[in-house]
Amino acid sequence: MNSTLAILAILDGISYAALVFLVSVGLSLIFGVLRVVNVAHGSLYAFGAYLAATFSLAIAPLSPWLTYPALIAASIVIGVICGGFIERFLLRPLYGRDDVLQLLITFAAFMIMDNLQRLLWGVQPIFAAEPLKLLPNISVFGVNYTSYQVILLPAVAVATLFGLRYFLRRTLAGAVILAVTEDREVSTAIGIDAKRVYFVTFIIGASFAALGGALASPTTSLVPGMGADMIVLSFAVAATAGLGQIEGTAHTALMIGLTRAFIIYIHPEFEVLVPYLLMVLVLLVRPYGLFGGTQVRKI
Amino acid sequence: MRFLKTAVAAGAAAIMWAGSAFAQGKPAEIKVGITTFLSGPASVFGVPAKAAAEMIAEDLNKKGGIGGVPVKVSFVDEGAGGEALVSNYRRMVQDEKVDATFASISSGSCNQLVPVAEDLNVMNFMWDCGAASILETKKYRYNFRTQANGTPEMLAVLVYLLKVKPDFKTIAVVNQDYAWGRESWEIFSTALKAMKPDVQVVAELFPKFGAPDYSTEISRLLALRPDVVLTTSWGGDLDTLVRQAGQRGLLQQSMFVLGIGESSIQRLGKDLPEGLIVGARGDHWFLHPEKKNDAAFKAFNEAFKAKTGAWPIYPVYHMAQAFSALQTAYDKAIKANGGNWPTREQVVDAAAGIEFATGFGRPVTLRPEDNQGLEAQLVGVTKSVPGYDFKVLDNMMIFDPKVITNPAGVRSVDWLKTLKPEFVKMDVPAFKP
Repeated sequence: MNSTLAILAILDGISYAALVFLVSVGLSLIFGVLRVVNVAHGSLYAFGAYLAATFSLAIAPLSPWLTYPALIAASIVIGVICGGFIERFLLRPLYGRDDVLQLLITFAAFMIMDNLQRLLWGVQPIFAAEPLKLLPNISVFGVNYTSYQVILLPAVAVATLFGLRYFLRRTLAGAVILAVTEDREVSTAIGIDAKRVYFVTFIIGASFAALGGALASPTTSLVPGMGADMIVLSFAVAATAGLGQIEGTAHTALMIGLTRAFIIYIHPEFEVLVPYLLMVLVLLVRPYGLFGGTQVRKI
Repeated sequence: MRFLKTAVAAGAAAIMWAGSAFAQGKPAEIKVGITTFLSGPASVFGVPAKAAAEMIAEDLNKKGGIGGVPVKVSFVDEGAGGEALVSNYRRMVQDEKVDATFASISSGSCNQLVPVAEDLNVMNFMWDCGAASILETKKYRYNFRTQANGTPEMLAVLVYLLKVKPDFKTIAVVNQDYAWGRESWEIFSTALKAMKPDVQVVAELFPKFGAPDYSTEISRLLALRPDVVLTTSWGGDLDTLVRQAGQRGLLQQSMFVLGIGESSIQRLGKDLPEGLIVGARGDHWFLHPEKKNDAAFKAFNEAFKAKTGAWPIYPVYHMAQAFSALQTAYDKAIKANGGNWPTREQVVDAAAGIEFATGFGRPVTLRPEDNQGLEAQLVGVTKSVPGYDFKVLDNMMIFDPKVITNPAGVRSVDWLKTLKPEFVKMDVPAFKP
């Protein structure tokens, strides 16, 4: 592999990693704070994508540039409505009970949303590429790239990472979330409304899942089953990073994106295996993930 | 006179008895159980096919059914897969007591259900699955394939490519990483090696089934610059690949061959450029050059569009073929039974070797040696024409199934290896849109 192909592979890897990070970070955030493995995360991604496409297709005739705010609006709508509903009515009654119940209830939500998706948007693939077409292609060594994928998506991913870091470490709301993450009982004792923190955090996490779907929607066909595929990949990324590790998720997404891109150039037959192979290798050596640490368990 | 009266009365009674016996022999309905994808990515085929089945059954019943008996259809979702599919299939046959089944779309489903149908002694039409090996490894009594298999489907596309672009030197493949993606490439590449051994395969890419992004594959192909890129992907995967490749100029750089792209043409709309080779898994095209002026064909297409919002795609026509085969088998069995209602076994006997016509394409023959359907193959190249907001097919060739299907008893891959470069010189007339 020569240096030209290596640069192409790096660009492809970064583009892929950006999308994977955006989807996985919500899962990681929810687990970090609520200790809930949200299986419905894939459905939130799919709903975000479908609603973004619906908004885009509706608003593009007015002005194609309005499709960008439409992507954001779709993410927020899904995060607030679907995320809020799941947390308030499905998860809240189960806090403090067996973790398996949370897993089962989010799995049930996933199944229901998967069917709801078919009812609402049908089974034919939907494509809404307007936001992608608005931005020009760029040429690297004679190979065309869409600037949406190699510039915009990585820029949004980086902004999300630093924005989330700033929010959690430099704002009062972030400090409150971290306090509840650290110790729910103590934070409740000092007057923090933990229920509200869980609710807001779940909505933020759900909105990130929907944002991942919304930003992916201009580049890909929206089809039944797309949520299931994404949840598996998100889990692999989040588990490799260490559940609840925001920066770790970014590093892992980049590692998976780059490895996958190089593998496609060198040994494409292993492409499908890359995320899972990396996950197994990492978890064998570090059972809590690359960035996770051992934790004290209360008995 | 008294004798005459007695004779007339006895005769009348005999006729009434016979009539009554005949009427009792006829069932109230012919139950047909259909497996089709109602969930998952393959529902892009399964849902239109279900709509077609309902339309065809309704139309058939309006015309008096089959042999005067109405047809009743029921459906099982192939998307459930695995054991759930087998259990539902058994329930359909054993509890609902269907008279025949149409199973399935996926070759994996067919591989699972064919032995079950054989065990349960129920006539099964493999109405859409394409794996050639199913009928090559064993002779079945109850299982028939009412359409072609992957071998003629891929061979027709390859011969078309060799006819319209005989001088290409390099090829790459981007197929979905599952049974069809792998098997279709094996068929295509084996035949290519036999007929044009100097072609170099520069990349074999098998991205994950359902992959949302092909950026890296496209970058690699842009760097490799192959003369031809083959893909036998379908559904959302094909749409994504074509759109992403188009946005980055790959469709303009290499000649793209969409092995089963007919089903994506309408969805891709203006994003599909001119000049791409498209196969149709049979001679299926809503503007079929030999049928486009046929009143029944037009009426069916328009009714389907009115019902679903889209013109029919190949699984719709495959479903129509299964119904046509069912009707032909029953009609033949009734005739062979002297006009009396046949037993199930008599219908199965009658199905072997039948030729049937849907009116939506050329007739199909069920080859008696292995129950494999011999179905013509239509291949064309995309072109813009006024009146449609998507590309239609130009320079269409319809391939004779007897020429491009492996002989009964010879495995596909073994037969493909025997092909010579002269095979391409077969005479195939071309049609304009």
